[in-house]
Parts: sequence; structure tokens; C-alpha cells
Amino acid sequence: MAMTIHVDIVSAETEIFSGPAEMVFAPAVEGEVGIAPRHAPLLTRLKPGEVRIQTPEGEELSFYVSGGMLEVQPHVVTVLSDLAERAEDLDEAAALEAKRRAEEAMKDRSAEMDYAKAQAELAEAAAQLRAIERLRKRSGRSH
Amino acid sequence: MAVAKEIRTKIGSIRNTQKITKAMEMVAASKMRKAQDRMRAARPYAEKMRQVVSHLAMAHAEYHHPFMEVREVKRIGIVIVSSDRGLCGGLNANLFRTLLRFMKEKEEQGVGIDLVTIGSKAAGFFGRFGGNITGSVTHLGDTPHVTDLIGTIKVMLDAYNEGGIDELYLAFNVFVNSMTQRPTIERMLPLQPAEDEELRHHWDYIYEPEPKPVMDALLERYIESLAYQGVVENIACEMAARMVAMKSASDNAGKLIDELELIYNKARQAAITQEISEIVGGAAAV
Repeated sequence: MAMTIHVDIVSAETEIFSGPAEMVFAPAVEGEVGIAPRHAPLLTRLKPGEVRIQTPEGEELSFYVSGGMLEVQPHVVTVLSDLAERAEDLDEAAALEAKRRAEEAMKDRSAEMDYAKAQAELAEAAAQLRAIERLRKRSGRSH
Repeated sequence: MAVAKEIRTKIGSIRNTQKITKAMEMVAASKMRKAQDRMRAARPYAEKMRQVVSHLAMAHAEYHHPFMEVREVKRIGIVIVSSDRGLCGGLNANLFRTLLRFMKEKEEQGVGIDLVTIGSKAAGFFGRFGGNITGSVTHLGDTPHVTDLIGTIKVMLDAYNEGGIDELYLAFNVFVNSMTQRPTIERMLPLQPAEDEELRHHWDYIYEPEPKPVMDALLERYIESLAYQGVVENIACEMAARMVAMKSASDNAGKLIDELELIYNKARQAAITQEISEIVGGAAAV
């Protein structure tokens, strides 16, 4: 039997493929790489493209990835696929948007945490819950 | 019969409320199942990611990533995961209480705190009571995507890289089962590498192109996947908590209706008795 290597392709929201392969091809940023069993440990980024897997049955499976990471250990290949194409400036824009929303939430108030007030409100909510609980118990007994 | 009519209206209105809470309970139950599926679907990625990162921590790289360095703690960042909507029992309140205790402790040690909020309940709560919010995202819906979180997480990672914060925590509810959700505060940065005996010997990866950008990209994704896992888990918790809350609301409504029906019947009976005695009294007078 030919030597095989275990391949896992996963994305953050789901598992895409898991099984043995004779050979794996992946679109690394430096050009396509082919991984055979007992490859040296490798860590690289992927660009959008096709990951191809040659199964021991001689089939060839292909999966599209929109970038991600590739990790190679001698007997395991892991493809951590991104869900969407990522670009530095897009990430930056998302971060700025998050900051803007935070500033909106922070408007007209101080950055100092008012612990006393916060705890008072939480305690009040808890007290209300307890009161309701007591009322329920009492009405339960009267029946 | 004025009293009887009043009670009847009240019973009607409670019955309507009960219908709504029952519907909400069923919706929450089905959403909870879906959220649990998503939680399960996200697990392989998180596990693989953890494996790769622990391999990386064991590798003897020339370049040491700042995410792995333990620094003296002067300021920390907390990513708070909450729900967008209420009517889910004490879920958010419990998390905030745990968080306040934690934050107070840190503050007493002279450690500053930056917050990033996910979900409008956290934004609202810390908006009212103060706290330095540096990033915020709301309305992720029932099917959040990793892409929605990138911006908020990047705010914290940038702060960490620039030395603005020295530790990063994630606060969310852990889904134990549909009856139990546990508020949890987990440290995300610096990383706590898992020990793996097999990889003890001296080795390193081949990095393409360079160790730094590869590690940057990998660890960034790792933190994002942790946060995503937290968000998905919190949604499952929210649905479970809402289901339980709505079930007890429906039960309470049922109890109230029973009580009111008893009062209504008594009132009706009293009215009839009164009428009869009036007629009898009138007849006797004639």
C-alpha cells in the first residue's frame, strides 16, 4: 500500500474535509506546493485558489479556499481556510468601524467605571427576581 | 356583573400573553438546536487551530511572537460577549456581575481596563456605567460570521501589539447544557501553550515566506476563532436561557389564569345568589 498522509480542511464555521491522501496540492503565497507523506514541517499562508487532494483510491478531489493557512507535520496536513478574502486595508476599515461604534456608545459620559451604580442596578434586578420567586412560592402554597 | 366582566378581560389578556410566551419558547428551542449545531461545526477549526498553535509554541523559532511573551501587566483588554436582545432570564446580568467582580479586583491592583463589546446588551450596560469602550459590534443576528468580528478583535490586537494592553480576556457564557450556562472569563493573550511530549526535540517549521507574517496571520486567526467560538456558544446560551425563561412565564400565566377563573366563578355565583335573594325578598314584600 502506498504511503498516505492525513488531511484536514477546516474553516471557522465548518469542517470541509478529513481523510487520507497520497498527495496534496495547495496554493501557497509563494506558488503552488505539493505535499507528499513525510514532508518536512511547513507553515505557510495560502492565497485564494484550489486545494487538490489525491485520495488512495486514485480519485482527485478539489476544494476552493479563499486564502488561509497551511500547516504540514510529517503525517498530518492541516488547511485552515478563511471564509472570505482578507486584505490588510479591509481589516483596517473594519477596525475603524468598530472604533467609531465604540465612540458612539461612549458619547457624553466619562470613561471611569461607576462600579457602585452598576452593582446597585444588578443587585436590584436580582432582588426583583428573588421577590418574584417568593411570590410564586407563596401563591403555590395557598392552593 | 361589572366585576365579572373586568376579570374576564384580564383573563383574555393573560391568555394572549401566554400565547406569545409559548411561541417564543418554541422558537427559542428550535434556535437553540441550530446554535448548538453551529457550535459543533466550529469546533474542528478551533481544535486544529489550537493544535497548530501549540506546535508553533513548541517549535524553536528564531522569531518570538509578542503574543507568546508574558509582560508585566499594567492594562488589560476584555472582549465582552453578550446577547442583542433581552427576555433571556439572568444570562447577561450574571455575566456582568462576574465581570464586575473581576474588573474591580483588577482595578484595585492598579490595572487599567479597556473594553470591547459584542452585542447591544453589553454596549448598553457599560455605556450606562462607564468603562473605556474601544470597540463595539452589535446585531450579529442568530448566524454570526467570523468576518463580523474581525474589526473589533483587530482593535484589541493592535492595542496589544502597540503595548496599550498587556493581557486580553474573553468574557462569555459557556453552554453546559440547556438548563445551565456558566459565565466565564478566559485569558486569550498571552497564549498558554499546551505541552506536547512528542515534539520535545529541537525542530522548527519551514516558513514561507518569512516567520513573522506567517505567525502574525496564524495567531490573528487563532484569536478570532476563539472569539467566534465564544460568540456562537453565547448564542446557544441565550436561546437556552430564553427557552427556560419563557417556559416559566407560560407556566406562571397558566397559574394566574386558573386563579382568576376561580375568582370569576365565585363572582358570578355571588351575583346570581344576590339576584335570587333580591327576587325572593321582593316577592315576600308583596
